[in-house]
Amino acid sequence: MAIQLYRIDDRLIHGQVVVGWGQPHNIRFLVLVDDLVAASDWEKELYRMAIPPEMEIYFADVDTAIRDHPRYANDPRPGILITGDIGSMLRLVKGVKAIGSVNLGGIHHRAGRAEKLRYVFLTPEEEAQLHALEASGVEVTAQDVPSARSRPLAEVLEGEAK
Amino acid sequence: MSESESTGPEKPRAIVVGHGEFSAGLVSAVGQICGLADKLVVLSNVGQTPEDIEATLRQQLARTGARVIFTDLPGGSATIAARRIARDTPEIVLVTGVNLATLLDFVFNSAGTPEEAARSAAERGKASLIVIERG
Repeated sequence: MAIQLYRIDDRLIHGQVVVGWGQPHNIRFLVLVDDLVAASDWEKELYRMAIPPEMEIYFADVDTAIRDHPRYANDPRPGILITGDIGSMLRLVKGVKAIGSVNLGGIHHRAGRAEKLRYVFLTPEEEAQLHALEASGVEVTAQDVPSARSRPLAEVLEGEAK
Repeated sequence: MSESESTGPEKPRAIVVGHGEFSAGLVSAVGQICGLADKLVVLSNVGQTPEDIEATLRQQLARTGARVIFTDLPGGSATIAARRIARDTPEIVLVTGVNLATLLDFVFNSAGTPEEAARSAAERGKASLIVIERG
């Protein structure tokens, strides 16, 4: 089964991930790839307590995730890998070279970002990183929950208002 | 973060925060049943970064003096934010998995400390989950 979803989501572990995707896909493990979380025992405990008992969670910084990706990919259980930002996913994709698709699940408003979808806001630098992901051979789509329509990157970048 | 609060003579004693309109619906129901919605502040996590959720919660706690936070899901972003606050603000009490019975018990319990009121409310909320088969 391995990794069912490679997701970029600035909330990391939350309801949409654990319940929205976790239940219909019968997810049994999560890989949280974040350099800051991986370096903090308190942060790891915070997210460990946020997942249901039937799920296991692994924490890794980007370099460790690149090294351990074969283990995640060969896990017989269905899993989700999450990064909190586009840059971390881009580093992972370039290091692993075996990721076929990436899901934009939530990149919320902050200074310098422009709205593309109600749950995707991007800076020009982040748009360039998404183009770089596609140039690496990765299909990039936006979809916050499984019941929503999956939107290709070109449509995302056009924005909902256009 | 979206926010609303009923007007009333007493300051709110708790913040209710969750997904979508969950909190607004619950607090509206409290108001309909007993008229004590003014004891609760409604917040939603819709469209917010984790930093936004935490900042708004801190702001509302400071403004109201409330010491109790009710959240909907143990693994939700509001709960994560509330746990970050509870880490550096020991007087804050967090109750996750809130339901209507929990809030009704809480708003009527004005005698004890916030901790006691939260504990009593959580017990009432748990007891209200009942499976009735072939009833």
